[in-house]
Amino acid sequence: MIESLVPSGSTFAGDIDGLFVLICVIVGVFFFATLGMFLWMLVRFRARDGVPAQYITGNEPHLKTWITTPHAIIILCDVLLIVGALRVWYNVKQHMPEDVEVIGVVGQQWAWTFVHAGPDGKIDTSDDIAVIDEMHVQVDKEYVFRLESVDVLHSFSVPTWRLKQDAVPGRVILGWFEATLTGEFGIQCAEMCGIGHGIMGARLFVETAEEHAAWMAQAGGTSS
Amino acid sequence: MAEFIPVANTRSASGVPTGKLALYWLLCSEIVIFGGVLASYLMHRLAHPEFGLQAAHTNVYAGTINTFVLLTSSLMAVLAHSAAEHGDGKKAAKYLWFTIAGALMFLCIKAAEWTSEIQHGYTITSSPFWSFYYTAAGIHASHVIAGALVMLWVIQSAKKNKYLYRVENVGLYWHFVDIVWIFLFPLLYIAK
Amino acid sequence: MNAPAHGHDHVHDDGGHHHHHEMTFVEKYIFPTDHKYIGKQYLLTGMLMAVFGGFFAYAFRMQLAWPGSDIPLFGHMSPAEYNAAVTNHGTIMIFWVAMPVLIAAFGNFLIPLMVGADDMVFPRLNRLSYQIFLVSAIVIVASLFVPGGGFGGAWTAYPPLSGDSAYNLTPLGSSLWLVAVALEFVAFLVGGINFIVTAMNARAPGMKWTDVPMVVWMICIASILFMASVGPLMAGAVMLLFDQTLHTGFFDPRQGGDPILWQHLFWFFGHPEVYVVLLPATGMVAEVVAVHSRKKLFGYKTILFTAVGTGVLSFFVWAHHQFIAGIDPRMANIFTITTVLISIPIAEMMFLYIATLYGGSIRFTTPMLWALGFIFAFLIGGVTGIPLGASGADIYLHDSYFVIAHFHFTFFPIAFIGTFTGLTHWFPKMFGRMMNETLGKIHFWGTIIAVHCLFLPMFVLGLAGHHRRIYDYTNFPELSTPFLTNIGIFATVSLLVLLAFQFVFVFNFFYSMFKGPVAEANPWKAGSLEWQCPSPPPHGNFGEHLPTVYRGPYEYSVPGRDKDYWPQSEPA
Ligand code: HEA
Ligand code: HEA
Ligand code: CUA
Ligand SMILES: [Cu+2]
Repeated sequence: MIESLVPSGSTFAGDIDGLFVLICVIVGVFFFATLGMFLWMLVRFRARDGVPAQYITGNEPHLKTWITTPHAIIILCDVLLIVGALRVWYNVKQHMPEDVEVIGVVGQQWAWTFVHAGPDGKIDTSDDIAVIDEMHVQVDKEYVFRLESVDVLHSFSVPTWRLKQDAVPGRVILGWFEATLTGEFGIQCAEMCGIGHGIMGARLFVETAEEHAAWMAQAGGTSS
Repeated sequence: MAEFIPVANTRSASGVPTGKLALYWLLCSEIVIFGGVLASYLMHRLAHPEFGLQAAHTNVYAGTINTFVLLTSSLMAVLAHSAAEHGDGKKAAKYLWFTIAGALMFLCIKAAEWTSEIQHGYTITSSPFWSFYYTAAGIHASHVIAGALVMLWVIQSAKKNKYLYRVENVGLYWHFVDIVWIFLFPLLYIAK
Repeated sequence: MNAPAHGHDHVHDDGGHHHHHEMTFVEKYIFPTDHKYIGKQYLLTGMLMAVFGGFFAYAFRMQLAWPGSDIPLFGHMSPAEYNAAVTNHGTIMIFWVAMPVLIAAFGNFLIPLMVGADDMVFPRLNRLSYQIFLVSAIVIVASLFVPGGGFGGAWTAYPPLSGDSAYNLTPLGSSLWLVAVALEFVAFLVGGINFIVTAMNARAPGMKWTDVPMVVWMICIASILFMASVGPLMAGAVMLLFDQTLHTGFFDPRQGGDPILWQHLFWFFGHPEVYVVLLPATGMVAEVVAVHSRKKLFGYKTILFTAVGTGVLSFFVWAHHQFIAGIDPRMANIFTITTVLISIPIAEMMFLYIATLYGGSIRFTTPMLWALGFIFAFLIGGVTGIPLGASGADIYLHDSYFVIAHFHFTFFPIAFIGTFTGLTHWFPKMFGRMMNETLGKIHFWGTIIAVHCLFLPMFVLGLAGHHRRIYDYTNFPELSTPFLTNIGIFATVSLLVLLAFQFVFVFNFFYSMFKGPVAEANPWKAGSLEWQCPSPPPHGNFGEHLPTVYRGPYEYSVPGRDKDYWPQSEPA
């Protein structure tokens, strides 16, 4: 459903889309069943001359089952939903790949700074490539991002990856991603951060290994 | 215009007198307010061991004396209540005056304490600990002031032997203010 | 005029009544203690504030549809103005429209009447509550006009943005905003105690707790929820105010504070708050559904338990607003579970309302249409809460227009559909005149269709990646495709249609108030106590003899009786 609106560009994007579909199906079935029941009653029990209403207290067992049965099914569905949600959540936010390249993301009013590791593959060394409002990553490669903010809350949101994480001043927050789709995409700030919140975007470039190396050679030369 | 008292006010379908019932709900809402302050403080306290060092600069003696002052004033409130129970409004009013005196003493000690701390450079912006110290104690002190003012008002009717049930209610409120202090004192002064 | 209840014959000679005195104009209208007038004051103030909230919605929706163009009645909108408009739209709609109208206006008007009392237990405290509320309303409106402009840091006011004017650039606006919200809380704490104690203590003789009408229960449960959840935020508001004015560092990481603490304090209140406004609205829907389908509520006690269950659970779900805010990811799992579980009591409640229709004789009067419209629209809002509550899916949906659509499908039904349900139903009692049914139905169909056209497209926008609080999407090429732009324009046009239909209501409301046909005491043939006194009730409500209660409020269509309703106060 979501992928028809926004391309699905990371390893976990499909999981999130799938979870969303699962939830839509479950609650959709209930929603339309409830609605059907509702509309049927409106037609069936509309006021008609000479037909008085019945006196029903709600304690009649044969009527109560119409409430308790769907109710039991809802509890089952809830369990299903929770399991699905937690599995996706664990994969995206709780588990963390080890020994992969780290990319620094720093939010501030109202720009993003991306600190790329540079040719040595390590961050916080002299060949780091810091770029404003442009993020360059290699496709099919796992990264860990290190998210910080220098002033207020921001939120690092990459819709194509289905990734979102708030940046909190005073804290360092880690997360991961692995892009599966090359191209240029949008990055937005998704947390109110002042009057420039509405322009705090950045561009994301997902490149093949060769393109990425070429970019690095060129950017590493000019910056530093 | 005579005071308007609706019939509603004289009913007691729950069995608890209306004034007291309202007071209980008021205390519930106060408990969550102080609960919020204390929970926020504790979260910071646990995350910042250095709070303990800063707490060492508070004046434990002043705090202890103030605890004692408040407990005594609570005792006076109890005596006022028991006088009111016996229908002796005059005596109840007298004891309430003592309670108010306790409140004033508490505030004076507090003021002296704060003055000396501020002179030593520990102001509300010095550190999160001091921010909490002044804010929590300040919110508490404002309740002390409010309680004293309400007591002044209760005294006016009590000494004419009217609305004696108010003596008990204001006393209950006073005990609450006291209990809050019992929580604040160790947390702010001696949690090192 | 049928006079089923005793006490009716006495209304016109209230001379002997012990507390009746001639009231001056000032006593009656400016400083009233009569619960009915205070209720009406709250109602009118709330409606006036709805015009502010609606005007902001109009202004920023116009900006979103046609960015940068001059907006009629507003002019050019700067980013700062956009943020202030969104922030104050949200704040005003929740705290100055939904709460005063649903809880305070209906609570004040209905509780004493429905429990058979002559007033609130503390009439002067009641008046004080309104006065504090009025001051708070003036302060929030004033905060928009101070130098620097109104506060624009979102209604959630997350620090450090809200705590430091170097970040938000609105030194006065943000402090006044905060003061206004805190004052509003005080007003509702004072009022809430009055409601709860009145319902607990001032019930008419014979009224057992199972004889209390559902809406009274709901308003009281809502007041208790409010009282139990707002405390920490009151403390937080003081702390934030000190951060703003004295530059303390409670929420400022540079000074050792913790910004996430505010989020916990805010949502520990904020989530129960949504049920604080939900419950009174569902209570009114329950009344209306029962009366207009001539049916006893299906499972009175079960409905009550679902309300209490929702209330209790609502204290354990708050962090579902903070899944990706930087809290420990393991915590999210607990909150996913509690959040999804809240569907259980609410689904049950909706099922019970629908079940009440079973076997009924449904009259599609205007109030009934609104009540049915509430159930329909709220179901959409409710089920779309589930994908948000599922942590995995919320990673994508958080702070997108999907959230906006979700909560407008809960808030619009509550604040407006719920209000219209109650207003059209109790209008005869409030003003002694009937509203026009034809205009009422035009207003209903126009509103209900427009509001779905307004908010349903926002689900699509959200799924396509539109984020909240962005004043101009042309800055984001992926988000300003013709398809998405047109969806936004469609929503805005629907809003214009929606607003146009509100004029029908406003006209109907004020015209009927003065010129409508005179209402009888019990036009809907209902059983609860408020319908057993004249319309509008005099000072003191029931005349000389306050009623005694013999049965529950929903004894409709009892077999073997010639009338299909059985007033609570009619001796057996
Ligand atoms: C009165 C208003 C109201 C109400 C009633 C609700 C009800 C619910 N809300 Fe909503 N919510 C808001 C107002 C409201 N909300 C607001 C204002 C925000 C945004 C705040 C902000 O950030 O500015 C928000 C945001 C919000 C979020 C955070 C989103 C985000 O920012 O990322 C979440 C996440 O869990 C959520 C969940 C829910 C759930 C699970 C319910 C449940 O109570 C719904 C339960 C009802 C049903 C489920 C329908 C009936 C059931 C059936 C038909 C049976 C079938 C169901 C199943 C099988 C499960 N809401
Ligand atoms: C009760 C709550 C409530 C209500 C009713 C509404 C009603 C509306 N809301 Fe709002 N909204 C919020 C609460 C509410 N909103 C909140 C909390 C936010 C988040 C703010 C933030 O991010 O900080 C928000 C944000 C928000 C946004 C997101 C902005 C952004 O993030 O950039 C949008 C966008 O379209 C929007 C639109 C609308 C529209 C078009 C209406 C329309 O339905 C309005 C129609 C108006 C009327 C119908 C009023 C007419 C008045 C009368 C007829 C007088 C009679 C009155 C009575 C009988 C009471 N709202
Ligand atoms: Cu940065 Cu919004
Ligand atoms: Cu919530």
